[in-house]
Amino acid sequence: METRSEAAAASAGAAPSLLPPVFRAIVSTVVPAATELDGEAWLEVERLVIDSLQQRPRALQRRLRLFLTLVQWLPALRYGRPFTSLDDERRARVLARLRDHSIDLIRVGFWGVRTLALLGYYGRDAAARAIGYRPRHDGWDAFRP
Amino acid sequence: MNERGYDIVIIGSGAGGGTVAQELAPLCRDGIRIVVLEKGPKLAENEFSGREIEMAQALYEDGGGFLTSDGGLTLAMGVAYGGSTVVYTGTSLIAPSRVIAGWNVPGLSHSEIERRSRKFMEQNNVHFLTDDLINENNQLFVKGCRRLGYNVQQFPVNLLGCRGSSLCNLGCPNLAKQGTHRVQLPEAERGGVEVVTRCEVERLDERSVVATVRPRGVDEKGGPSSWEPGTYRVHGKIVVVCAGAVGSPALLLRSRLGAALPRLGHGFTCHPALILVAEHNRPITNFVGHPKSYYLDQFVESDGYVLETCMYFPFTTAKSLSGFGAPHAEFMEAFPRLQMILVLACDHPAPENRVTVDRAGHPVVHYRFTPAVKRALASGTAAAARIFFAAGARRVHVPAARPPTVEAERAERLDDLIDEDRFRPGDVTVSAAHLQGGCGMGLTARDSVTDSFGRVHGVPWLFVADASLFPDSVEINPYLTIMALADRVAQWIRQNGRDLLAGA
Ligand SMILES: Cc1cc2nc3c(=O)[nH]c(=O)nc-3n(C[C@H](O)[C@H](O)[C@H](O)COP(=O)(O)OP(=O)(O)OC[C@H]3O[C@@H](n4cnc5c(N)ncnc54)[C@H](O)[C@@H]3O)c2cc1C
Ligand code: SF4
Repeated sequence: METRSEAAAASAGAAPSLLPPVFRAIVSTVVPAATELDGEAWLEVERLVIDSLQQRPRALQRRLRLFLTLVQWLPALRYGRPFTSLDDERRARVLARLRDHSIDLIRVGFWGVRTLALLGYYGRDAAARAIGYRPRHDGWDAFRP
Repeated sequence: MNERGYDIVIIGSGAGGGTVAQELAPLCRDGIRIVVLEKGPKLAENEFSGREIEMAQALYEDGGGFLTSDGGLTLAMGVAYGGSTVVYTGTSLIAPSRVIAGWNVPGLSHSEIERRSRKFMEQNNVHFLTDDLINENNQLFVKGCRRLGYNVQQFPVNLLGCRGSSLCNLGCPNLAKQGTHRVQLPEAERGGVEVVTRCEVERLDERSVVATVRPRGVDEKGGPSSWEPGTYRVHGKIVVVCAGAVGSPALLLRSRLGAALPRLGHGFTCHPALILVAEHNRPITNFVGHPKSYYLDQFVESDGYVLETCMYFPFTTAKSLSGFGAPHAEFMEAFPRLQMILVLACDHPAPENRVTVDRAGHPVVHYRFTPAVKRALASGTAAAARIFFAAGARRVHVPAARPPTVEAERAERLDDLIDEDRFRPGDVTVSAAHLQGGCGMGLTARDSVTDSFGRVHGVPWLFVADASLFPDSVEINPYLTIMALADRVAQWIRQNGRDLLAGA
């Protein structure tokens, strides 16, 4: 059976990524439904993330880039492979270890990357619609015609 | 550098700055020239799209992601014509008398705060929503509280023409919330006050400020500034700083006032808050209707927390849920069945919690949760979970429990499941929108930054009039108290500022 990570790689296949490939792998682990995104949708995820990073202090942008590199290569020590080459279960295990880490800086780094993954995924109109969130400017009038 | 001359310069246009501008506007009739310098843009009425990321980027500092120095807390600050009042929810409470008594600011009485707050309640059309406008997210909170015998109360709100779109914190698309951008600033402008947007004050010099006007970026929301982009020295015989609880102390620190004012930046508090989510078996009305109609403050004195109803948008909700993967996604996919409660801890000043500036002059907020705040967040979480279950929820997401999903059968064990130690940087998502202190009022420079009229100790031409004046937490939603204090500062200037305005 195709793993989620393989499905993600296939669905995103043709689209060039705007962020390091490890970011898509993280998003797909944080939000399993992301594996169903097509190339255009992935670009939208990444654009939202890049736009929001542009407003943030430079130092924070540097720390995030560093953390993405850490997530990609840390698993090489334990599994002999980078994050993007791991199966779904191992990816989840790596992220859980970072989330629960005793060092504040590592936990905060994971929290930041998870936040960006959620921003990119749930910040899209299509994701909001898919979970049934459909606010209207005309609120009650639309609800009780 | 461009030069401009005014009699009074007001920095910031939020709850404090908007109020000062309106209250000083009558002076324009006597030829006094007043300007408001505001860092944020002024959005056109049709630019409030309700789209979460787009509006957060347009209206919040750092797009809503401003973090404390250790990354443990996200601070929400509006940056716009109207400041945080553009994104607030509009709940309008008068500060409790025990809080004002506890502040112990010489000359400041609760009756005065109450009188001034009532003036703005009237201006801002504060009233209670009728029952037909209360959605099920709010009704279930009331039901749960009543079943448990809690004394739930309705929020007075400052709305005019609310249609119930539930988008308040993204800026109201129906212009219904009566923030300073709708009421006080337009009134000030009609009275002759000039408001300059996209104008960030970098530092204060002797009776002048140095500010930079930014050009409007491509695709940016909001109109251009009325001044050409560039650097300005703006002279003022009186300067009133209203840049908020982070912006005001940071500006004074950048201006090298820290040596003479040892309390500058200290005393910062913010009501750290947790968004809690529960799932019901059926869809409820949650993202239609005003999001925040009820609260519970019964435990504020004993346990240090307040509960409020709330309803957030998909990304904010996703960020507030702990964990990732399938269990996280299950809650998100239940969005139309979700009920939400906000737990606010009433924190108090702690020596380590303060505002400083980095080498570039940018604000840095140092904030650690004290043991009392962790306890309050944990007790508030337990109370909110009980309310959810009493209202019929099938399961509750408890971010400080592992695993965070608590089914009704485990409700009995709630107190054991919540782990206070999880309130640490990078673990449970905690945010704050009620930023206070940093330029606290008091008697002398040893214990405070200003006196009870917002006059900065030792700098006669300099005033502060915003949330940074609070010497301690106000323990309720703060905007009316900020307006009341700003009104007091403005009245002092109107009545006693002649010598300063004459250049004496
Ligand atoms: C999402 C949200 C919901 C809220 N809901 C409620 C509620 O329901 N009820 C309630 O009572 N309170 C609420 N609050 C809190 C309330 O809005 C604030 O406490 C209040 O607006 C603070 O007033 P202020 O004048 O101190 O600062 P602000 O209103 O934040 O205004 C400060 C202004 O100064 C500007 N500024 C900063 N630095 C500079 C500079 N260097 N140069 C020029 N301009 C500068 C900023 O851009 C900003 O416009 C909410 C806040 C938020 C963020
Ligand atoms: S609920 Fe009312 S006040 Fe809030 S955004 Fe909608 S119309 Fe505006």
